Amino acid sequence: MTAVEFESELTRAGARTDTLWRKTVFFARQYPLGAIGAVIMAVFVLSAVFADFITPWSPLTTNAALSLAPPGGAHWFGSDYMGRDIYSRIVYGARISLAVGIGSTALGCFFGVVLGLLSGYLGGWVDLVTQRLIDILQALPLLVLALVMAAALGPSLQNTILSISIPLIPYVARVIRSNTLALRELAFVEAAHAIGMSEFRIAVRHILPNTIAPLIVLGTAQLGSAILTEASLSFLGLGIPEPYPSWGRMLSASAAEYVRTAPWLVIFPGIAISVVVFGTNLLGDALRDILDPRQRG
Amino acid sequence: MTGATPPVIEVAGLKKHFPIRKGLLRRAAGFVYAVDGVSFSVAEGETLGLVGESGCGKSTVARAVLRLVEPTAGSIHVDGTDITRLSKAELRTYRRQMQMVFQDPFSSLNPRMTAGAIVREPLEVHRVATGRAAEERTAELFEQVGLRAGQMRNFPHQFSGGQRQRISIARALALNPRLIVGDEPVSALDVSIQAQVINLLMDLQREKRLSYLFIAHDLAVVEHISHRVAVMYLGKIVEYADKKTLFRDPRHPYTEALLSAVPVPDPTVKRTKRLLQGDVPSPVNPPSGCAFHTRCPLVEAHCKVEAPSLRDVGGGHLVSCHLQPGA
Repeated sequence: MTAVEFESELTRAGARTDTLWRKTVFFARQYPLGAIGAVIMAVFVLSAVFADFITPWSPLTTNAALSLAPPGGAHWFGSDYMGRDIYSRIVYGARISLAVGIGSTALGCFFGVVLGLLSGYLGGWVDLVTQRLIDILQALPLLVLALVMAAALGPSLQNTILSISIPLIPYVARVIRSNTLALRELAFVEAAHAIGMSEFRIAVRHILPNTIAPLIVLGTAQLGSAILTEASLSFLGLGIPEPYPSWGRMLSASAAEYVRTAPWLVIFPGIAISVVVFGTNLLGDALRDILDPRQRG
Repeated sequence: MTGATPPVIEVAGLKKHFPIRKGLLRRAAGFVYAVDGVSFSVAEGETLGLVGESGCGKSTVARAVLRLVEPTAGSIHVDGTDITRLSKAELRTYRRQMQMVFQDPFSSLNPRMTAGAIVREPLEVHRVATGRAAEERTAELFEQVGLRAGQMRNFPHQFSGGQRQRISIARALALNPRLIVGDEPVSALDVSIQAQVINLLMDLQREKRLSYLFIAHDLAVVEHISHRVAVMYLGKIVEYADKKTLFRDPRHPYTEALLSAVPVPDPTVKRTKRLLQGDVPSPVNPPSGCAFHTRCPLVEAHCKVEAPSLRDVGGGHLVSCHLQPGA
């Protein structure tokens, strides 16, 4: 799908797409919820990138005098039991959530797509073997599997990403496989064979692009769930090690002890997680529609 | 019609038996005798119509000819080479000579590719043309099939059924094939659009000396486009003749029944209707003797025992029926 084709579509739809700004406005009108999602994600990504410039305090500096200081004054969101600035920790925490969310979803989707496509397109014993392996992976709940992986690999950012991505593989592989099975029988795939196309080209050019819609829905749903899984892992001491700020650990470590006495310790990380998960879902829905040529015509 | 020029394609004894797999070990528990010994040839610039009820194996013949399904037995000669013996890699060069147009204009085009990309793809795959040359050739193909070059950027869902079938035809023409196999290419279209697409196919045939293997169940369409017609019943050809002979003087009782089922737009014409009872028997367990004996109005005792073979009843008119005296 090149830019040229895209623009002709827009022009025919009556949009004035002579400038990038006008094009953005057109899409925002067309998909208002998607635009909200995009804004949320933009804020999220920008704060992760520019964390150093928008935080007045270091997220790691402790200050006993400020322990459990309520929101207000210099510390907008208050501070935690060690006197660390919560606002700064949430902004820096966006980096970790972004890395874990996008990293593990991308990794899981990549391997899931490769396995699902091979399994569905080649069929036969390849299909049989992959499906049994996937059965084994799927027999364990996502969190338990991530837990085992994280415990085996040890706590670090890379290992957290890896251990969250692996339980995602079977879900993606199953969806892609079932789609591939249906698409394989369609006449345009037969036409591709008649033309003399290689099996690889058929799989990549004709089958894969038609499985994009469910993949985006699954991917965006998983982005949120990956952030939540990281929270659970960190709470159990297997995710991101202290003292680095992780929204999940900020939320869960303080929930039991301080929710009554210092609720801001729980409220702000909770809001951050909810808003980002909400944003990914809105954006995902809109992306699925925008990427489907049938929805645009 | 098969005279001076050697046939573009010559099919002999083509069989396709699909195994029915059962149980844990997926052993073949039986076979669907979809195509069971079919022979025909198509000359340059000629159209062979292949007709029959649904389930008689017409589409399987089309797919086996292009080796989209592997034939169980038989030979398919293209330019003197038996393509059933070629490896997948060797087959690629022969694919340029034979292309297919499918029945369903909605599933035969990838919904995520533009019409231009769909028609251009064969050129890229066979490295016939790239870049600007491919773009120009695609535009030329669009115009040949009656579409505007400006429509190359549109996606399949923005076209009507007839236009989609034109895209399919443009894709089939891209490699300058000698034979186009049409698997009921017009049966999913409205009658008025059917006529347009058929006329397009006939114009293209005249211009490019194309050969068609035209599969259909609509006899009116077949009569219009074909030079010769083969009638299939349960995986076998039961009658094979040039169009005029077959439509004027059908010899096989099945062909007679098919022809008498065609509506005639004149209420005063009195016809002897020969309606068939029952359904096509299952190709899993075809009847003994003549496969048609279960529904034949003229059935005799030995029809149930001995299978008839295709015999010439005069002037290249082949019929597979015991009741026809040989020539």
